[in-house]
Parts: sequence; C-alpha cells; structure tokens
Amino acid sequence: MTVTLHNRRLTGPMAWTSTADTSTAGSWRNQRPRLIPEKCTGCNVCWKFCPEPAITIVGKKVDFELDVCKGCGVCAEVCAPEAIEMVPEESA
Amino acid sequence: MAKLTIPSEELMVGGHVACPGCGAALAMRLLLKGLGPKAVMVIPACCWAVIPGAMPGTCLKVSTVFSSFESTAAMASGIKAGLRRTGRGDVPVVGFAGDGGTADIGIQALSGAAERNEDFLYVCYDNEAYMNTGIQRSGSTPEYSWTTTTPRGLEKRTSKKDMPMILDAHRIPYVATANPSFPEDFVAKAKKAASLKGTRYLHILADCPTGWKHDPSQMVEVGRLATMSHLFPLYEIEEGRLRITWAPSNPVPVEKYLRAQGRFKDLTAEQIEEIQAEVKARWEGLKAREAREKKAVEKEAAPPEVSAAPTPHPAAPVSETVYVKPSPPLHFP
Ligand SMILES: Cc1ncc(C[n+]2csc(CCOP(=O)(O)OP(=O)(O)O)c2C)c(N)n1
Ligand code: SF4
Ligand code: SF4
Ligand code: SF4
Ligand SMILES: [Mg+2]
Repeated sequence: MTVTLHNRRLTGPMAWTSTADTSTAGSWRNQRPRLIPEKCTGCNVCWKFCPEPAITIVGKKVDFELDVCKGCGVCAEVCAPEAIEMVPEESA
Repeated sequence: MAKLTIPSEELMVGGHVACPGCGAALAMRLLLKGLGPKAVMVIPACCWAVIPGAMPGTCLKVSTVFSSFESTAAMASGIKAGLRRTGRGDVPVVGFAGDGGTADIGIQALSGAAERNEDFLYVCYDNEAYMNTGIQRSGSTPEYSWTTTTPRGLEKRTSKKDMPMILDAHRIPYVATANPSFPEDFVAKAKKAASLKGTRYLHILADCPTGWKHDPSQMVEVGRLATMSHLFPLYEIEEGRLRITWAPSNPVPVEKYLRAQGRFKDLTAEQIEEIQAEVKARWEGLKAREAREKKAVEKEAAPPEVSAAPTPHPAAPVSETVYVKPSPPLHFP
C-alpha cells in the first residue's frame, strides 16, 4: 500500500523510510570520510561494514552519503590500502 | 567492482539514530540481507526500539511491531498464529531483542515459546548491558566488566549467562552465534535460520562503543578480536549437532580484546589470566562436543558391524566424574 501524506510517500500504512532529505543524522558529525581515489581498489570492504549504511560503490567510485554518515571512522579503519582519510568537519 | 560476498540489497537505510559505530546497527543491516523483505520484526524496548527514528519515519523497509520489554517471544508467537490463520503462514516472523530483553526480562516468554517450538526466529543482539537506559549490568554482562551499576571497585563478579546453550537445552531446531565483524558467516546463518521451521535462535555479539568505552572506529576490530581470541566462538547447532563454522587456528590472547575496551580498564593481570583460562576451557568443551557429535553421525551412517561371535554382555558404563571448578566467592571490597 502506498499512501501520500504531507507530500511524502509512505511505504506502509504507518511509516516511511528515512532518506537523505528527511534525516539530519549527519548534521552533528565531527569528522567526515574522504576518499583518496588513487589508493582505492574498489574492494567493497568499507561498504560491507558501514553501520548506517552511507556508502555506495559503483566501479571504483566510492560515494559517501554525507547527509546520514556519522563520521564513525569504521570505513577508514577497515580499508586495507588506507584509501579513506577522516577529515575534521572544521577543515572539510 | 570486486565481487560482492553478501547480498547488495539494503533493507535498512541510513538516517537512523544509533550512535556512531553501533554494532547493533550493522547487525540489523546484515540480518535483513539474510532474511529478505517479507520479514515481520518484533522489537521490544531496547536501543533498537529507538534506532529506527521518530514515527512516522523508520530506517527499516520491513514491517515492524514494537512489543513490551518482556513479551517479544509471546508477541512473535501470536503474530505467527495470526498470519497462519489468515493464510499468510509463509511470512517469516522475527523477534529482535537486546540481551536484557532476552537473558533477563524476556527469558520466560522465550523459554515458553521455545518449548512449544513456535515457528519464528529469535535474534538476541548482545551488547552485554542495558545500553538504552544508560549501561546498567544485565545477566549477559561478562565477569569483571564495568557498568554504571557495577562501578569501579564493584565490577561484576558473576559469569555471563550462556544464552545459546540455554536455548540449545530446549532442543530447538537451530541455534547459532554470529558476529557482524564476520559478515559472510553472519548472512549465511541468517539465511539458514530463515529457511528452517520451528523456533530458531541467533545470538549476536553486538559491539557498543558507547557502553564498552572505545572509539567508534574500532567497532569491527573489537568484534573481530572477540572471535579471534575464542572468547566468542562462531558455531551453529542444527538438530542438536554442534559445528564450529569458523575459527582462527592461532587464537590471539584474550587480553588484546579486553585491553581494547575501557570497560575492562581496571582488570588486574590475575583477572585476565582467570578469564583466559575460562575461555580456553569453554573452547575445549566446544571442540570436544563437536568431535563427539561428528563421530556419532559417522557411526549412524556406517553399516552395522556383523560379527559371528556372540556379543558379550556390555560392561556397565564407567561414569566419568566431572570436576566443576567452584565459582569464586562474591567479594565486595
Ligand atoms: C517493563 C519495562 N522495564 C523497564 C523498561 C526500561 N527499559 C527500556 S530499554 C531498557 C534496556 C534494554 O536493554 P537491552 O535489552 O540489553 O537492550 P539495549 O538497550 O542494550 O540495546 C530498559 C531497562 C521498560 N521499557 N519496560
Ligand atoms: S575499503 Fe578502501 S579500497 Fe576498498 S572500496 Fe572501500 S575505499 Fe576502496
Ligand atoms: S564514517 Fe561511518 S557512517 Fe560514515 S561512511 Fe564511514 S563507516 Fe559509514
Ligand atoms: S548505546 Fe550502544 S547499542 Fe545503543 S545505539 Fe549506542 S552504540 Fe548502539
Ligand atoms: Mg543490551
């Protein structure tokens, strides 16, 4: 069943899934991941472990959905070739 | 793109309100990859009752019902019965509760449902304390751990309840342990559990950086150390037969796992040694059980031996005396 309420599409009778435009979970983040493309092998390991999830990978292009990323640093920690660096929000 | 080792479909989306680096959030994401979109989740009071977000928003693409703290298994039984009665018996029902909701307050509903072999999957995400209300100790908190109700100097002095083995004692079709730091093993068990009938139980070690006191970025590593040290072994028990699904050949000292977390900061060398000895004993017990049950299966499969000689009267079985180490006395300084 799909219901439209306040211009929002509901995926069930009672609730809709949060998306980048409805959630501000990333607004209080104090650091953000940044990709170093030369080092990335496209291995998907960061995607596998992101607890949000906030990572999509197309080819070797790793994309961080910064509206919902909380800057936990898990992705940078599990990336063996160290292709992700965590950057403080002030200097991002 | 490298080949994916777990399904790409996401049934949980970002924007939820779990703390950064929450192991329980990763656990749910992986679990849903194994269960598929049809599942109905029953979630009692716990962090996961909050994580989906404020109504009417949710991060879960599956139907979710929130139950009272103690009645996850009772509600899951009822929902399954209702689905069956209305011709939708193929819809999988999943209870998803914390360790407090499982080992303490929800244990009687769970035990009753398991005894009736109700047809649902029960998942306990074990972050080893009541995290949602501010890190109080639960029956699943490990010995010598700090929590806000077992503060410095008064750390917990009793062992952690062994929930998977308690459920195994109910003789249910499937019991397994899983760890989000090992996603392939995790998803395979979720899939297998979903494919079976009757009461199935999955026990997940879910790192909680907030309560375990370590940097959120270490979530996957701390979880990995738990299994690499044999402290949280990965096994499954299918129809009563135990199989270790993955284990390191050279375990790391349990001290590495303990020292990575602030909640074990005050541990003395003797206490670490004691934990190490217990981990070793439990591990050897698991290995012995696995070997014993494997042998029994092989024997069952082998053709019966035909012997010409009359079978002698079997000797009376020698009862083995098992020495159980008494637990240390309760000690409050
Ligand atoms: C009957 C009842 N008692 C107490 C509470 C308060 N309460 C809500 S969540 C919670 C802690 C849950 O702990 P656990 O099951 O381990 O899940 P976690 O929060 O650690 O994820 C408590 C005590 C409640 N909601 N209902
Ligand atoms: S883990 Fe590292 S190397 Fe692998 S895809 Fe992610 S960023 Fe690239
Ligand atoms: S920092 Fe954390 S939330 Fe953000 S993309 Fe990396 S793993 Fe995901
Ligand atoms: S308190 Fe722990 S279990 Fe609860 S959301 Fe935070 S990290 Fe996750
Ligand atoms: Mg808990």
